[in-house]
Amino acid sequence: MSEGSRYSVGIDLGTTNSVLAYLDATPSDADSAAQAADSGNPTEQVLAVDQLTQPGAVEARAQLPSFLYQAHVAEVSATDLSLPWGESGSQLVGYAARFLGAKTPMRLVASAKSWLCHSGVDRRSPLLPLNAPDDVARISPLAASAAYLNHLKCAWNHRFPEHPLEQQEITLTVPASFDPAARDLTAEAARSIGLNRLTLLEEPQAALYSWVNRSGDQWREQVSVGDVVLVVDIGGGTTDLSLVAVTEQDGNLELNRIAVGDHILLGGDNMDLALAYRVKAKLDAEGKALQPWQIQALTHGCRDAKEALLGDAELDAVPMVVPSRGSKLLGSTLRTELTREEVEQTLVDGFFPLVGIAEHPRQQPRGALTQMGLPYAQDAGVTRHLAAFLCRQANAAQDFFGSAQDFIKPTAVLFNGGVLKAPKLAQRLMAVINGWLQQAGAEPARLLDGADLDLAVARGAAYYGYVRQGHGVRIRGGLASAYYVGIESAMPAVPGMPPPLQALCVAPFGMEEGTETTPGAQEFGLVVGEPVTFRFFGSTVRRDDQPGMLLDYWSDEELQELPPIQASLPAEGRSAGEVVAVTLAARVNELGTLCLEAIPRDGAQRWQVEFDVRDQ
Amino acid sequence: MEFNPVMPTSIDALHLILGGLSLVLLLVALLRGAGKNSDNSTTAGVSTPAPGPTPVTAAEPKPAPVLKSNDPESALQLLGLLQQEARFIDFLNEDLTGFSDAEIGAVSRVVHEGSKKLLDQYFALAPIRTEEEESRVTLDAGFDPAQNRVTGNVVGEPPFNGVLVHRGWKVTKADLPRLAEGHDPKILAPAEVEL
Repeated sequence: MSEGSRYSVGIDLGTTNSVLAYLDATPSDADSAAQAADSGNPTEQVLAVDQLTQPGAVEARAQLPSFLYQAHVAEVSATDLSLPWGESGSQLVGYAARFLGAKTPMRLVASAKSWLCHSGVDRRSPLLPLNAPDDVARISPLAASAAYLNHLKCAWNHRFPEHPLEQQEITLTVPASFDPAARDLTAEAARSIGLNRLTLLEEPQAALYSWVNRSGDQWREQVSVGDVVLVVDIGGGTTDLSLVAVTEQDGNLELNRIAVGDHILLGGDNMDLALAYRVKAKLDAEGKALQPWQIQALTHGCRDAKEALLGDAELDAVPMVVPSRGSKLLGSTLRTELTREEVEQTLVDGFFPLVGIAEHPRQQPRGALTQMGLPYAQDAGVTRHLAAFLCRQANAAQDFFGSAQDFIKPTAVLFNGGVLKAPKLAQRLMAVINGWLQQAGAEPARLLDGADLDLAVARGAAYYGYVRQGHGVRIRGGLASAYYVGIESAMPAVPGMPPPLQALCVAPFGMEEGTETTPGAQEFGLVVGEPVTFRFFGSTVRRDDQPGMLLDYWSDEELQELPPIQASLPAEGRSAGEVVAVTLAARVNELGTLCLEAIPRDGAQRWQVEFDVRDQ
Repeated sequence: MEFNPVMPTSIDALHLILGGLSLVLLLVALLRGAGKNSDNSTTAGVSTPAPGPTPVTAAEPKPAPVLKSNDPESALQLLGLLQQEARFIDFLNEDLTGFSDAEIGAVSRVVHEGSKKLLDQYFALAPIRTEEEESRVTLDAGFDPAQNRVTGNVVGEPPFNGVLVHRGWKVTKADLPRLAEGHDPKILAPAEVEL
């Protein structure tokens, strides 16, 4: 380990909140080393991130809200933008950004992470805040992610000037459902601010690592061979699902991440909004029309009221008060209440309905792709999404435990994300899962407890850096998808019919980091100096396809089309326009991202195939 | 706008809580401004990463009585936070005559919830004595008079036996936001103009 590198740092770059946790990877004296060896597990710490909470006021908080506010020149004075490491410029990040953006949303960049995995837009082009007027500076989803990371970097370097973040081993978490392009972009954002000693880790895995570390040696007693752990991560903006199987190798327990779910844009923020609109409807019925700022205050109030009602079974109603905006409070304050029944109907039944295992999300075909905006989940039923996931992954554990099933039956459940802190919601989710298991004649699943739902991902990521040095158990995973390149088959053209498409498997499911495939036999003609675009597909269910396999037929369920990929051959040493025959090989690098390479027949060079194509 | 709020009957309790809370907060403000242990205002809150609470300790006897000058900056900052989170200044400046207890009660929820949130966020409080109030306690010789005030029949030598009337409060952690150089704490709330 080089000079200055001392900590294993985990960064949870979240949709609504970012967290940095760290762990001293080289205990400074023999005592603490012995102590670490005794207890078996080191403890991670969470960095209190200095940030503006108001113009002019700096506080250190564990979470950095992933919001960026483009302040107007006349809006805040430059001195009010001082941070301990200098002035922030007109871009505010963190609590102050969220605070100012609440009243001036057109200058607020939010959910940059969801945009980062939105294939319908050019993620390097300045498009956020969406629909902002011309004089508001816009930035790309990539630049916004880099800005959050940069803030964390400055806060760290201010705190640990001897050990700059650039020199630490960093584990950055991404949703398990991120496609290769989104993973690449996340890594690019980190590299753009000098974080090069980087590894990516899937968030549900990070949550499980955190649980393993927190349980100490106890974890081996809480799970056993044959267990399938379902990780349900419901954050502010997204829901992420993963399955981890517990197996045995040479007498030691092993963890294998066997499946990940789709990217579902559905989370706690949707729930607060749903409650606010419910209360609004109630007030409307009483003839009290609400102004936009009141709805906003109501949303805020609903979050607190929700937590109170879902946490305390004795409470039947929580009063909610929306004070006036002006200095006169009396006579103009709006008062209403949120009842237990309303919260249960809206949240428990609305978001976690009691459904059968065969009930899956209702998908309406989306409108034209031209619409700008995030592809929010159309069905708010988390349990329906979960049922679909468990059915689709019915065969995921077959390699490990045999026996085909109609849906995969988890034996243990680990929760993550702030939403599931509410006991009512956690209980409902467990009840639904156990209902399915009971109907299928299986044992009920256990809830793995002791997880810290808000900070677990960052903590687990910091611990993962330690695991990578050879301590503790490592979750085996590899690619969560098999990847395919689309090939138009050479058939006589039929008028009015698109030429039939075949899919060539280029990277198999479960391909591990540090490995590569041998170049396939299928050759492609690439034109020198001209970018060539391929259609690109991923599948989380076809686990046995080997590289080079050509599929003639697949169902929509099996293969999902991803944004196209592009290969371009530099003209050097060749004449422009020349056609070169290449084969494709895949490699998963140490960072944990997939690389596709085009290799000409003579095999001397390799060209990178780009996942994020700029001009679509 | 005219609304007809329906309030629980415990309005007097609410008022009491509110009054008590305001007192505590003002005390805290004074403590911040003039307290022996308070940092100077620009470094208030710098201790964030420091582990554990730092209890307020007894004062060393000083050779000559010196009165400290009051630096109002932290107190102003606290007032600003109270206004922002709890509409404290707005509320205290209302003329309550002519409004029903129910209306006042609805607004007092805003003040109570906001103040409580703020108190939890920036301060850690602990009672000075852990015994039950109205129970008999003994103060041994050398007790700290700053933490224990004796009243009534104060004669003779300790140990003193008496009834615990109030448990007392002390701040075990105070962590106000740091203010930027040049930030004017006298602006408790900026005027807001919607464009």
